[in-house]
Amino acid sequence: MSNASSAPSHATVLPNGWEMVIGLEVHVELDTKTKLFSASPNHFGDEPNTNIDPVTLGLPGALPVINRRAVELAIRLGLALNCTVQASTFHRKNYFYQDLAKAYQITQYDQPINIDGFMMLPGDVRIGIERAHLEEDTGKSTHFGGTSGRIHGSDYSLVDFNRAGVPLVEIVSRPDIRNADQARQYVSELRSILLAVGASDAKMEEGSMRCDVNVSVRKAGDPFGTRCEIKNVNSIRAVGKAIDYEARRQVDVLESGGTIRQETRHWDDAEGRTHTLRVKEDADDYRYFLEPDLVLLDPGAEWVESIRASLPMLPAARRARLSQLTGADKESEAVYVIVERGQDDYVQLVADAGGEPARALVYVQQAFSEAGANPVVPAKDLAALTLLERDAKVTATQAKTILSEIVANGGGDAVAIAAAKGFEALDTSAVEAMVDAAIAAQPDAWAKYCGGEEKAMGALVGAIMKSSQGKADGKVVTALLQKKRG
Amino acid sequence: MSPSSDAKTTPKITAQVVAKVAHLARLDLTEAELALMTTQLTGMLDHFGDIDKLDLSAVTPMAQPFPIKNVYREDVVVPGLDRQEVLDNAPAPQDGRFRVPPSNGSES
Amino acid sequence: MTSEFVSVVDIVGSIREGKTTASAVLEQHLDRIDMRETEIHAFNHVMAESARANAASIDADLKAGKERGPLAGVPIALKDNMCTRGVPTTCSSKILEGWKPPYDATVATRLQQAGAVIVGKTNLDEFAMGSSTENSAFGPTRNPLDTSRVPGGSSGGSAAAVAAGFAAASLGSDTGGSIRQPAALCGVVGVKPTYGMVSRQGLVAFASSLDQIGPFTHTVADAALLMEVIGGHDPLDSTSLDQPVPSLTAVLGQGVKGMRIGRLADMPDGCEPEVLARLDAAFAALKAAGATIVDIALPSLSYCLTAYYLVAPAEASSNLARYDGVRYGLRVESADLISMYGATRAAGFGAEVKRRIMLGTYALSAGYYDAYYGKALKVRRLIANDFAAAYQSCDVILTPTSPTVAFPIGEKTSDPLTMYLCDIFTIPTNLAGHAAMSVPFGTGAHSMPVGVQILAPALGEPTMFRVAAELERAS
Ligand SMILES: [Mg+2]
Ligand SMILES: [Zn+2]
Repeated sequence: MSNASSAPSHATVLPNGWEMVIGLEVHVELDTKTKLFSASPNHFGDEPNTNIDPVTLGLPGALPVINRRAVELAIRLGLALNCTVQASTFHRKNYFYQDLAKAYQITQYDQPINIDGFMMLPGDVRIGIERAHLEEDTGKSTHFGGTSGRIHGSDYSLVDFNRAGVPLVEIVSRPDIRNADQARQYVSELRSILLAVGASDAKMEEGSMRCDVNVSVRKAGDPFGTRCEIKNVNSIRAVGKAIDYEARRQVDVLESGGTIRQETRHWDDAEGRTHTLRVKEDADDYRYFLEPDLVLLDPGAEWVESIRASLPMLPAARRARLSQLTGADKESEAVYVIVERGQDDYVQLVADAGGEPARALVYVQQAFSEAGANPVVPAKDLAALTLLERDAKVTATQAKTILSEIVANGGGDAVAIAAAKGFEALDTSAVEAMVDAAIAAQPDAWAKYCGGEEKAMGALVGAIMKSSQGKADGKVVTALLQKKRG
Repeated sequence: MSPSSDAKTTPKITAQVVAKVAHLARLDLTEAELALMTTQLTGMLDHFGDIDKLDLSAVTPMAQPFPIKNVYREDVVVPGLDRQEVLDNAPAPQDGRFRVPPSNGSES
Repeated sequence: MTSEFVSVVDIVGSIREGKTTASAVLEQHLDRIDMRETEIHAFNHVMAESARANAASIDADLKAGKERGPLAGVPIALKDNMCTRGVPTTCSSKILEGWKPPYDATVATRLQQAGAVIVGKTNLDEFAMGSSTENSAFGPTRNPLDTSRVPGGSSGGSAAAVAAGFAAASLGSDTGGSIRQPAALCGVVGVKPTYGMVSRQGLVAFASSLDQIGPFTHTVADAALLMEVIGGHDPLDSTSLDQPVPSLTAVLGQGVKGMRIGRLADMPDGCEPEVLARLDAAFAALKAAGATIVDIALPSLSYCLTAYYLVAPAEASSNLARYDGVRYGLRVESADLISMYGATRAAGFGAEVKRRIMLGTYALSAGYYDAYYGKALKVRRLIANDFAAAYQSCDVILTPTSPTVAFPIGEKTSDPLTMYLCDIFTIPTNLAGHAAMSVPFGTGAHSMPVGVQILAPALGEPTMFRVAAELERAS
């Protein structure tokens, strides 16, 4: 879960002043009951070709009719991405492929429903959103024979149209992303937004969220270089790896005097590299024209504003609120994780019950890993525990033990549990005696520690905690050791 | 005629263009068909050059008869087609799916 | 009434009054099919068995006092580009030969609900591309009035089926004149309704922004009744107009007194003099009935052919791309996907369809879109503007339906452009999305029927039908 959301740490830096320029095209399947243009189920994982109807199969005579809920979800997403929602049209994108039943995809072309939005990333980085448009998904092929089910060299394919016609929103970023970490943050944040507004379940592993990554490199300040589009990047981790690989590949080509061809490449996750899929040619002539079977889609200000009014608080605002409540940095791992899990309201409840917010944040992060729902433990029980620890009535270790018990029982009185377990924080003089005893018992470890070997402290602390039966406060022990070393 | 006014008129079709269009349309035409098609399309496009006479700069394109808008359906499942009935009509059904010969790349 | 055959209205009345039965009526039509179908080839598929079962069930229901709808027991034929569940629907193309749709077109459903007995699927120019029904992969249809001549097209089979008494009425589709022109050439009534008045759901698309389904009948009243049954909003067609079909049967007796009838001040060249003479006679008849004749201009008329033959093939090239050998229809097996596509489509489509796919693909492709398709859409606007201006000064416009009477089979097959010129009077309506119909009005050369076309603005069907009824009275 705690997937790279925060931690802008190990971004690859290219050598010799090269800079990455990255744009993302993310396809998300909308969480509707039916397809974009027909009434058969939008449902993953069913028997092949069971969610089909004349429109889905592109049968002669079949006509599309727009799913109102899909439009509403697209608008919810657009508004959450700070887009302008406008009157829009559908076009036909004509090309032949086995997965594409009608031999054209109905998509939005020059008048998409959402335009000109943006997303903020940690460090006040602003990534422009060019558009977020509606379109239909294709069917799915499975390749047989040849080498290991890969499309190249296969003997034949079998096509399943269950996915065909599933509503998609394609979110196209501007080329504002400059490293793999930002790209991962972008995808992760987009995922959080999708979940928050209920537009999609955004499961990359099931393909309901799919990333195409456009990568080019340039010397800082130069115009954009030729870009390659990388397909099949199916996890947030892979987004980062594919970008770093591809940018380095391009730099290697350019530095050795070569040129970059505009092409579509495929990310091979197992090999950790990209391959050429196909070179962009003149043959890519999609003959777009207005879809004559559909009419103008003009949601109008009234509907758009009512959708805006119904939007929940978005992840960024929730992180800011949680940060303010707990004093934790809004870009910290804990804040991201709690908001991602949707447990920030619960932290607030603990605070409302008189609990200490900073400790509540830590407890919730440690104790409740499940995403989505708020914990079932009464907030007052957690509140009581935060106060015990704050007032040094129990140590952090003891608090953790009490927390586990409360969680296991779905609640409990922290004070009673502490008493029952005989927990009491030892006073400092008692701890100091134990520290002295430990130093005397392990002179070698003490010498190493004094010689600057920090690891050696572990053995001493362990002995102290053991002799105190866990009642000593780890922080107090550490502080005493440091003080005695001088 | 100056090149700039030339550019406004409809382009000429060539055998090469016809071959390219046939590929775009996935029609395997024989050499004879290609030649005949080039002649016939040239004849038609010559005739269709009549609209070059019109000044259309201020005219809004009309792709559909009426400016209808906002036609939706509600997001409610309606039972779809029976798979067997559909596959009975397919040239090469296999394991509940449609079998196709190998392709050498994915689109979209 | 243009023939010896009984009208829909009379059939419905006779069955209702118990003078005959649906089964008896059906057998009369099946007998005529037995006698002449081999010669005429109006049908791709005769549905004798299911028709007999339907007629029997209607008779049983009526006997039991059950209401079976306004067309109870009327034998009706459908153009073979309208989907009928479990019954072959081929578009007269090898690429769809043997395909049995797993669903019904909305019009088929509505006819059945109205008690009609569907007798068969009629021949057409492949995918409705043509004006003579010679472009059928299964052989041409012959004009029942002179079998050396074409019935017109593309709905030639539907027109011939009614003219030959194989069905009391039929449905066709009209993209650029494909109902009105064959109606004129076969001497029957044919209606191209306002775009969106009849659902296209289940009509195999040719050019989606132009296609419209309409009836062929012996009488104007029959056409009005058919329109009331098949017309009206369909939630499965986004371009379907969201309003009920206006009452047409009720207005037929209202006459044309005070109505303003538009006459083209500049008649395009190429019309047979006998055809123009019948048009003059029609104007005279309406004038005698109290209408006034006003001269109008459609300055963009001569550009319509170009606009149409770019827009329709462009849409067709996309609509016909789905015939790829994967899910239904013909497949020519090949080693790889791309050659399977190319071989299948080359084997499955006839010459005219290939020509239009090529033309449309070209008109939409990179570098040519603006010069062809883009310009054509603008010309389409011009003709719509022309009509809007003309209808300021008139209520309907009268023209010939076709410049000529039915021509001999084979006469125009060598030069596609000559064939395209058959549609000069019918195409503008489709571009504008308006209503139009053809009414038989006497005969011309070779004693073949001449049709007069009534053009009306969008939703102008009530006015149009009043004029049609008046012409029928005068003919
Ligand atoms: Mg894309
Ligand atoms: Zn897309």
